[in-house]
Amino acid sequence: MDLTLILFIILAVTAIATALGLLISRNAVYAALFLVMNFACVAIFYLLLGAPFIAMAQVTVYAGAIMVLFLFVIMLLGAEKLPKGDVLPVQRPLAIGAAVILLAEAVILLVQRFQSTAMLQAPGTVENSMDSLREMSGLLFTEYLLPFEVTSILLLVAMVGAIVLTKQEKGTRG
Amino acid sequence: MNFGSIPLTYYLVLSAALFTMGALGVLIRRNALIIFMSVELMLNAANLAFVAFARQYGVFTGQLFVFFVMTVAAAEVAVGLALIVAIFRTKHSIDVDQMSSLKG
Repeated sequence: MDLTLILFIILAVTAIATALGLLISRNAVYAALFLVMNFACVAIFYLLLGAPFIAMAQVTVYAGAIMVLFLFVIMLLGAEKLPKGDVLPVQRPLAIGAAVILLAEAVILLVQRFQSTAMLQAPGTVENSMDSLREMSGLLFTEYLLPFEVTSILLLVAMVGAIVLTKQEKGTRG
Repeated sequence: MNFGSIPLTYYLVLSAALFTMGALGVLIRRNALIIFMSVELMLNAANLAFVAFARQYGVFTGQLFVFFVMTVAAAEVAVGLALIVAIFRTKHSIDVDQMSSLKG
């Protein structure tokens, strides 16, 4: 068996297991840490797929910034312990059934559609990481310049929105 | 060692599995923070499929889209967590079943 395939299987199992851990853990901090582990696995998949820049962005933006924000809010609210919520009785089996159907549909469609293009392209065009980074930045600042600028406005709006939403009015403490 | 020898289908199936788990998390959990994390999981699954396709077809547009999705996710998390904090201040709970004030 190919070494890459073994690595892929180990990582895939870890990713699925950590996602399951997120689903069933009763402590919000544990759930967040499971998600960090999952993001790290996905980052290694990006490296395997010849996208080193995206992998590093994944680690810094997702596993770093976003999850730190999550942990910060969990601790700020003191919401670590999740009470056993009394859900609607039919909800859980119904949700699991729907998820199984969704998964089956997705797998059948994807396998049918992409079976013919069996192997991922051998490295070569996207092998050199600096080349891939240069190509990407070239595209980003020419063809996708407008989305790039819109993104900056989006980030500004998000920042202003977060400040406005969490600001407490003087005198009227909610 | 050859790093290009994993079929595209494997990545797509993995991506579908992660997406399904995210959807399941949104459906069965009642805690707003966990639901939010499940949404992040779904975004990540879509990103994985994007990068796999980018590799398959040898173009960089897929990677660029992942880049944009990441910025959107960061913005979404900032605003969403601010909303959760604001809701917690008024209701002292982040259980989504409690947020039914608009119900008649």
